[in-house]
Amino acid sequence: MKIVEDSPPVLSVLDRPNSYIGRSVPRPNLARLTQGRGQYISDVTLPRMAHVAFVRSPHAHARIVNIATEAAKQAPGVLAVVTGPELAKVMTPWVGVLTHLKGLKSAEQSPLAIERACWQGEAVCAVVARTRAEAEDACELVDVTYEELPAVVDAETALDAKTPVIHASLGDNLCFERKLDVGAVDKAFAESDAVIETTFVTGRHTGVCNEPRAVVADWNPGEQRLTVYHATQAPHMMQDLFALHLGLEHQQVRILTKDVGGSFGIKVHTYADEMATVALSKLLKRPVKFVADRIESFVTDIHARDHRIKGKIGVMKDGTITAFEIDDLTGIGPYSVYPRTSGIEANQVVNLTGGPYQCPNYRAQARVVFTNKNVMCQYRAVGHPIAVAVTEGLVDLAAAKIGMDPLEIRRRNLIADDAYPTQSASGLKFEKLSHHEALAHLDTMMNYAALRAEQAKMRKDGIYRGIGFASFIEVTNPSAAFYGVGGARITSQDGATAKLDAQGNITVHTGVTEQGQGAEAVIAQCAATSFGVSMDRVRVVTGDTDNTPYGGGTWASRAAGIGGEAAWQAGKALRDNVLAVAGAMLQAKPEDLDIRNGIVVDKSNGTERLALNELARVAYFRPDTLPPGFQAELMATRHYVPRAWPFAFTNGIQASYLEVDTDTGFVKLLRHWCVEDCGTIINPQLVDEQIRGGVVQGIGAALFEQCLYDDRGQMLNGNMADYLVPMAVEMPDIDCGHVVSPTADSELGAKGAGEAGTAGAPACIMNAINDALRPLGAQPLTDMPFTPDKILRALGKI
Amino acid sequence: MSDLSLDITLTVNGERIAERVEARKSLVDFLRDDLALTGSHVGCEHGVCGTCTVRVNGEIVRGCLMLAVQCDGATVETIEGLSDSGEVADLQRAFEQRNALQCGYCTPGMLATAQDLLSRGGVPSRDEIREHISGNYCRCTGYHAIVDAVEAVAQARAGAKP
Amino acid sequence: MKPAPFAYKRARSLDEAVALLGEHRDARLLAGGQSLIATLNMRLSAPTLLIDINGIAGLDRITRNNGSVEIGALVRHAQAERSADIARHVPLIARAMPTIGHPAIRNRGTLGGSIAFADPAAELPACLLALGGEVEATGPNGKRVIKADDFFTGLFETALAPDELLTAIRVPAATAQTRTGFAELARRHGDYAIAGLAATARADGKGLSDVRLAFFGVGATPLRANTSEAALAHGDIDGAVAALDLEPHDDVQATAATKKHLAGVLLRRVAAQLMEAR
Repeated sequence: MKIVEDSPPVLSVLDRPNSYIGRSVPRPNLARLTQGRGQYISDVTLPRMAHVAFVRSPHAHARIVNIATEAAKQAPGVLAVVTGPELAKVMTPWVGVLTHLKGLKSAEQSPLAIERACWQGEAVCAVVARTRAEAEDACELVDVTYEELPAVVDAETALDAKTPVIHASLGDNLCFERKLDVGAVDKAFAESDAVIETTFVTGRHTGVCNEPRAVVADWNPGEQRLTVYHATQAPHMMQDLFALHLGLEHQQVRILTKDVGGSFGIKVHTYADEMATVALSKLLKRPVKFVADRIESFVTDIHARDHRIKGKIGVMKDGTITAFEIDDLTGIGPYSVYPRTSGIEANQVVNLTGGPYQCPNYRAQARVVFTNKNVMCQYRAVGHPIAVAVTEGLVDLAAAKIGMDPLEIRRRNLIADDAYPTQSASGLKFEKLSHHEALAHLDTMMNYAALRAEQAKMRKDGIYRGIGFASFIEVTNPSAAFYGVGGARITSQDGATAKLDAQGNITVHTGVTEQGQGAEAVIAQCAATSFGVSMDRVRVVTGDTDNTPYGGGTWASRAAGIGGEAAWQAGKALRDNVLAVAGAMLQAKPEDLDIRNGIVVDKSNGTERLALNELARVAYFRPDTLPPGFQAELMATRHYVPRAWPFAFTNGIQASYLEVDTDTGFVKLLRHWCVEDCGTIINPQLVDEQIRGGVVQGIGAALFEQCLYDDRGQMLNGNMADYLVPMAVEMPDIDCGHVVSPTADSELGAKGAGEAGTAGAPACIMNAINDALRPLGAQPLTDMPFTPDKILRALGKI
Repeated sequence: MSDLSLDITLTVNGERIAERVEARKSLVDFLRDDLALTGSHVGCEHGVCGTCTVRVNGEIVRGCLMLAVQCDGATVETIEGLSDSGEVADLQRAFEQRNALQCGYCTPGMLATAQDLLSRGGVPSRDEIREHISGNYCRCTGYHAIVDAVEAVAQARAGAKP
Repeated sequence: MKPAPFAYKRARSLDEAVALLGEHRDARLLAGGQSLIATLNMRLSAPTLLIDINGIAGLDRITRNNGSVEIGALVRHAQAERSADIARHVPLIARAMPTIGHPAIRNRGTLGGSIAFADPAAELPACLLALGGEVEATGPNGKRVIKADDFFTGLFETALAPDELLTAIRVPAATAQTRTGFAELARRHGDYAIAGLAATARADGKGLSDVRLAFFGVGATPLRANTSEAALAHGDIDGAVAALDLEPHDDVQATAATKKHLAGVLLRRVAAQLMEAR
């Protein structure tokens, strides 16, 4: 089979005879999925299970005058028709605020709208029936009388005095505001050789997970226990929230997360319809299933990236960047999403803009406002694609202004590789980044000089190709600084339990979850390596709050860096415990022994002493033969949380090569490159595939994806025929390269890799398009997505 | 009207099935709900995502754009059948080796579509592979790995040297 | 997202289908179903009865007679795509076929269904129009023929009577002089186009005659561009582009201005195809 590795295995100092660190080990759980034997939440069926469908507001903003449910209650198969006030008796409301985002405010939200619906698609009534089809039939019989209210749809005017206030109790439509002024920005601009200002727009888009959101809630009154089969990224977080709002103890709530059909940040939030499903199960005392269909997904899955950013950069003739300034405005819908809030994205834009560059002068303002559109919240690479687009867009414009090559201006301004530890103007602390090494690697990998020559030659034939770059930093491995300090009950630590079974194999229980990124493989690789067995003797258990250590789950590129380290430590701890047993059995000092390939050996010369199955047999079945007073402990748990740094920053650089058809405004992607530094690489193949998938998600944002709304707050393209996701034909092959700067905060040294592709790709595509069109005198394009309309307009063709 | 539900008989993965089914039920819902063949997935229910792709009378179709009642007398093959028969074993292995799936939700439909292409023989170009899977949405991989895996199997089947 | 309940009947003959259509005024015909079932799933349409015509024998043939090619209503896209007759005698349709949807869609979708559904952004209605073909309609009074130029009457509307079904299309078989051109601009392969153009002409010495241009995606129906056709016949491409008088509307993929501009680009590209040797 001709499958070429992009990256040769990078073996680290952690290498052991059984090392899987740095090796492209195939994920052990894949055959189940290729054979269609996965179990997604949408596949779950339970005895007496009912299905819920929701009546959703057709209006962006309306008072609910009356809900007539009688006809629906009489419809075939219907078990219950429930409105907001009825469900409020079962479940308490919530408010999405965090104390460390000072001043952030939001209104109470309930599982079903009460009194008012605040966006098109908000659930106002639930119909539970024997089948989903019957529930939908009955939804059509629910007669809701609405009084339409004025809708706030434009973020630009949301704070104007004459704009209606969505939540009167809040006083205005401002959710959150942040200002930052570092260095001497005005002076820097005044002294610059050139100052460039422009406005960037990043289009509102959404995750479009292939498997829509799904939940099966099963309240068992006999046990007084709630089991929720939930396609979520954060089982323990959901356990806490369900318990809190139903008035239960954690012990009464079990979350089971099986296979998840994609999440990307979509499945890490509280959704009113999922909360309602859980409440309905409690109310009806039977399992209730909700699987969002694609149409309701488009108007209820969180949206993201709807930002308008005014940006300004100062530059000297020698390419020195003197200052950055941004003014970010974002409309997040009518509520800040619980519990992570909808202030984080703008906050990240402020934090990250200018991040890769050595530039002491930075001023930023961000305003987050309420609107009557679907809610926005954290989606893969939160805030990064916006900050990178603004930063890299400005850097390219500056380069063009002073006539400097775009790679050269980056070379002159990126933080030096020997400058660490250091921090950004916005205060981000960097342990160790490798911007220059990454840039040099990219330059070689893409053969930049040859591409430029080809580009010049083709221009003579009227073919307009462009090369675009984007340097970036990425937040990974968050400590409690992200959410915990703000009062959110979202844990940043994670745990792993390794146990030896009676045949000498190990099972590892982890708090991180598998969303397809390969977490199970990574956990197995770490534990197998540190413990000393082959991968096929390791089984990984995830996604069950009854059976895994308390953990945060999968988000912010934390599964490998945090969950992997916990598994690594648990494997080591279990090894020590096993060697204590071996020492007792062999009358040797445990420190003179080791485990290699599943066999206890003499550490000094590798002589085989004892097979693990024999050790397990004695420990479990003949403990009477062990020395008096000795107790074998064949299960070990370790937890890990980053402490030395608030976040483990990664860095990298991407490049895009594309061709613009100047007659049609269509863009053809020819090739894409990404060099990334995620610290220690546990599994090169998985890292590369995270990059590739992330890049394509970013390309979607740059070229195709946008949630379009009309001026009454109606989403215009909420289906997959009109909302364009990236498909295979239009996507390029993507080359990946790596630099390795491990973090010293953990023994493994792994940082996260899940979001780098998405962070950099939109900016990269934008810069490549503008590079292609610059000789034609086109106005630079800064309004994503770059549709034929916009490109033709820039070219003056329409 | 009396024809809201109908009796149908069909062969699914080699098994004779006789069921009464609502006229409005799609083939993929019938496979999943009535026959518990949950390997075929539901992604959009309007014919765009391709995750419900199954084979009817030897040809790939959208399981959401065909009614179960239309399959009276038909032969239907799902990923469960394709797996049990070993027909796509090499494709499955290549997808696993190349990590050409992440969440795996698109994979059954993607495999059926890839097999449809490869069963025509020859070694398709990367562009031809991309074109043939153009109706199958994958949010995770970015497609590159899928194209690699399909290409590798095409070459292996053609006996081409790597 | 499940359809509202409906009844289902399998028509075994044309007569039965026509009779059922006559009896049930809100019935819908089910051919390939690739558009219909999606609209049913979304409850955009809720007929009480679906009349499945897939079992009617004889409607899935491609036959040649007297300089024309007859394509039965149930000929599927994939069947036409593989057909040597279509490739040889109706190259315009052969050219359009790979741009329509995706393999799994083309395995089910029928040519008759696509033309009767009359989506203004679809390829086949425009091809029929460009070919100067005709539609065979069967109703309670038997068969009648409707010329393509008279068939598409409005947005998703055709000259078919409520109790008629489309049973075949007939198009002239290509001759040595036939020239065809086809181009469309879709954001993604297989999507409905922002704008598209199907064209036929006859090579006449060094020039062209009988030019038929049928644009799609730029109006409520596929649209002929008569003035441009005349200009092209005179070899005047600039004149043909200048003469375009399309009045498209904005949609979610493109503004009217873009559609108009792209129509001009397509016309130049298709004109070049028409002028190439066949």
